[in-house]
Amino acid sequence: MQLPFFRRKEIETPPDIAAASLRSDRFRLEREVDWQRLDRIILALEKGRPKRISDEDLLDLPVLYRKAASSLAVARETSLDAAALEYLESLVRRAWFQVYGPRITLSGWLRRFLGGGWSAAVRAIWLDICIALSVMVAGAATGWLLVARDRDWFFALVPGAMAGGRVPGASAEALRATLAPQAGSEGLASFAAYLFSNNTGVAILAFALGFAFGIPTLLLLVYNMALLGAMLWVFAEAGLGWEFAAWLSVHGTTELGAILLAGAAGLHVGRAMAFPGDSSILAAAQASGQRAAQVMAGATLMLVVAGLLEGYVRQLIGAPSARAAIGGLMLAFWLGYFLLVRRPIEHET
Amino acid sequence: MSTASQAVQAAANKRQRMLLTPEGLALPLTIASRGARAGALLLDLTFIALGFIVLAIVLGLLGFSVIGLATRSTGPVVELLMVVATLSLFLIRYGYFLWFELGPRAATPGKRVLGIRVAARPQDGVTGGRLTAEMVIARNLLRDVEVFLPVFFLVSGGEQAGVVGVATFVWLAVFVLFPFANRDALRAGDVVAGTWVIEASRAKLQQAMSVDLASARDYRFGEEELAIYGEHELQVLETVLRQGNAAAMREVAETICRKIGWEAGIGDERAFLEAFYAALRARLEQGMRFGQRKKDKFS
Repeated sequence: MQLPFFRRKEIETPPDIAAASLRSDRFRLEREVDWQRLDRIILALEKGRPKRISDEDLLDLPVLYRKAASSLAVARETSLDAAALEYLESLVRRAWFQVYGPRITLSGWLRRFLGGGWSAAVRAIWLDICIALSVMVAGAATGWLLVARDRDWFFALVPGAMAGGRVPGASAEALRATLAPQAGSEGLASFAAYLFSNNTGVAILAFALGFAFGIPTLLLLVYNMALLGAMLWVFAEAGLGWEFAAWLSVHGTTELGAILLAGAAGLHVGRAMAFPGDSSILAAAQASGQRAAQVMAGATLMLVVAGLLEGYVRQLIGAPSARAAIGGLMLAFWLGYFLLVRRPIEHET
Repeated sequence: MSTASQAVQAAANKRQRMLLTPEGLALPLTIASRGARAGALLLDLTFIALGFIVLAIVLGLLGFSVIGLATRSTGPVVELLMVVATLSLFLIRYGYFLWFELGPRAATPGKRVLGIRVAARPQDGVTGGRLTAEMVIARNLLRDVEVFLPVFFLVSGGEQAGVVGVATFVWLAVFVLFPFANRDALRAGDVVAGTWVIEASRAKLQQAMSVDLASARDYRFGEEELAIYGEHELQVLETVLRQGNAAAMREVAETICRKIGWEAGIGDERAFLEAFYAALRARLEQGMRFGQRKKDKFS
């Protein structure tokens, strides 16, 4: 005997069909059992427990759905039972979302995404990547030139907390000390996690601001790169330009690449909304948004890698040549991945 | 019908849209009201805040015990906890919405409480498409600018920082108030992703109305008596009968008797109304089969 708490409610058989005096009620009573069966299957799917559905129920699902849809079509024309119509409409609507819902699982989506979907999306926004790259180079050059002309610009561009002693006029030894690797490996994991969450926030902001026709994204890119250009000038002044570039490139190629992709994704949406061409603004925004979202999802992955590199590898490896080699290797890897991996052939699941 | 309920009904009608299924069936969809969406968002933010608090309490309890045991203040276990905390903060902020909207119900717990869900918006009159993972990612990435940034801005008192603060406030207000500027209550994330938020309540199957009408033969109605009311009044009568409120039934019975010229009795309202309902519905459905529909008593 099962405890009453967990026993599933059985589908009640409807009362004697012939006892209903109205023809529309007889129509409904004949089909009630099927509707309730469909309701139960859809409920199991909505709760995310597809294993609860028996095999025969699963095979019958499309048939039950079509029966319910045709019952709704007939009931609209012949019945005035508002409650039954409302029930049928909500049932068919819920069944539609389940039957015609997404057909791919999360792992299947990941496989398709990493196996070429991401690369194809990146290649599709090549023009925005070029624009973002030129803006970033211009921003870095601007930062360098501004600080080279007038040192006070450094303090305007770089917030004090981030500078942390790396200011114009600092001695070469002090600057070299900031580039040195760390002795032990404690505290690195939390540092890496902090960097990751911080950088991802900036990248997502760069993408989200693309909605405003891409202009704030450009400004954000210029500002971040001007910061970088200013720091580069400080180290070059002290004769440590190569060491700083190597220190930066360990994680920088990946992180700057991720920010480049995020900015390009935002620009893609902004440009599509500003110049929609033949389609409406909404349609253009949607088409570009889907491509840009794929690129963004991948940029987040790149930032995970960059966070790990910055947190662990950079602090543990000291020689500038080794750091530059790692940076160059990562750059080659990303370029190869984006340019060479083809979109996979779609198989119907 | 009072004007208030009429106004509510009119507002709900403005939110009706049609979805064309591949079977050729036109399903009515109702766009979720802006109040429902705001309420769902507030609920979700409350759940997220509760999650933070619970996590902080758990870490605090563990941290206390660990610091008491270890000789140094930083040990590998504490560091692991810090990593878990930082990543959880990040994941909860971005992953909470993503995880639930990618699930089978396409609704976060806040949305589920209010009975709404996310769906793909049909483009250019084409039948409704599928909600893909890219759509959900796009709409959630933009939520950052619309929700979290304004919240941080207000919490840190940014709008008092002079002209820049005011400008930022206006700028963020454009994003936050975007749903009020279009008909489908789309926010910026919905525009970019091609989705919208619709009502997804679940109706229960009620009893068939004409099943046990032993008293149906006690009352006979003639042609002219049944010709007065239309479909709208029939559905109001059905609602009254399903709710079973005795006072409402008495009032409706008196009104009907007045209209059809009968003397209203006392104590037999339910049987009278059921009989009238069955007879009226039989007559109206017969008219439907011949293509004559009477919308209400004025038509």
